[in-house]
Amino acid sequence: MIDIACIIATAAIAIASLLTLYRLARGPDVLDRILALDTLVINTIGLIVVIGLWFRTTMYFETALLFAMVGFVTTVALCKYLLRGNVIE
Amino acid sequence: MVIAEIVISLLILVGAFFLFVGSLGLAKLPDLMRRLHGPTKATTLGIGSMLIASMLYFWIVEGNPSIHELLITLFLFLTAPVTAQMIAKAYILHERREREVLPDTGRPVGWATLDAAEADQHSEPARTSSAE
Amino acid sequence: MARLFPQPILSIVIALVWILLVNDLSAGAVALGIIIGWAIPMLTGRYWPERPRIRRPMAVLGYFGIVLKDIAISNVQVAYLVLFRRGDTLRSQYVTVPLDLTTAEAITALAGTITLTPGTVSADLSADGRSLLVHCLETADPAATVAQIKERYERRLKEIFE
Repeated sequence: MIDIACIIATAAIAIASLLTLYRLARGPDVLDRILALDTLVINTIGLIVVIGLWFRTTMYFETALLFAMVGFVTTVALCKYLLRGNVIE
Repeated sequence: MVIAEIVISLLILVGAFFLFVGSLGLAKLPDLMRRLHGPTKATTLGIGSMLIASMLYFWIVEGNPSIHELLITLFLFLTAPVTAQMIAKAYILHERREREVLPDTGRPVGWATLDAAEADQHSEPARTSSAE
Repeated sequence: MARLFPQPILSIVIALVWILLVNDLSAGAVALGIIIGWAIPMLTGRYWPERPRIRRPMAVLGYFGIVLKDIAISNVQVAYLVLFRRGDTLRSQYVTVPLDLTTAEAITALAGTITLTPGTVSADLSADGRSLLVHCLETADPAATVAQIKERYERRLKEIFE
């Protein structure tokens, strides 16, 4: 039963990622694209967790954690650049 | 055991549903401030319920308690507001139209993003001389 | 005591995060966590002399409970709005929340809570740090939203922090 739930969840996240890719391509503003990238990162974390459940392994959690950290730092650095014209002042 | 599997499957589906709703909100809503609502909220609960499902699975079905997931949940709950606020601040700074609809602060000073020089003088006196 | 544990809360948090990170509850991992939680605040304590004050640590748990419940409810509401309403018919607007809180930690906690709960995102702070700019996704009565934020979260945070 968990396998079926994982397949459905993977499909839903795939569609969700396509929607964020649409926003990423469409824009119109650079901030929309930053937000789209951030959402894409979170979708990917969800995908990693589902695949970990599907393959019955806890190995992928480090990946998810690293992804969460890199995604957060990327978003904040891009926003900071737009806000102050500099990342590290 | 069957009940546990049903609960875990339901949690996975709920998580996937909220991730989907967050991305749908991002693609569908008309302006950035409204789009911000979808990802920041829906995704935190989406990831949260998936990680609870994963925790329950490795604990009940595999008999191998894994508390690692709490850390990812905690991290996402702490960072989502920061991300949202950074994006909102950058948006307010960049869009002239958005600035015009902002309400009054109710204080003698303006909003920190637009009134940056003054905010720096108040909160970071040591840094303003070298920053700009 | 104060020299050995300059930031007791930070020590506990570091030890807990270490245990979660190694995903292991054995004595060795816990001991290493406690050592790291003791050493890092002591070695870096000089760089951040002030520490957050939490007056009522037990009230934090109750606050977490309320916030988690509100997160679940708000997600269902936002999901409903996103799925069944056309985007341009949503009555979105900014509201200003005047703050009674004064410490940075309390305001940060309030801003984070607002972003995670019903249909609101905190967008900016006034330059003197005394009022908060909040964007509502769907609101018929802005004054009621502000009153709810103040009554439901700010009052509790004031009890916890000040």
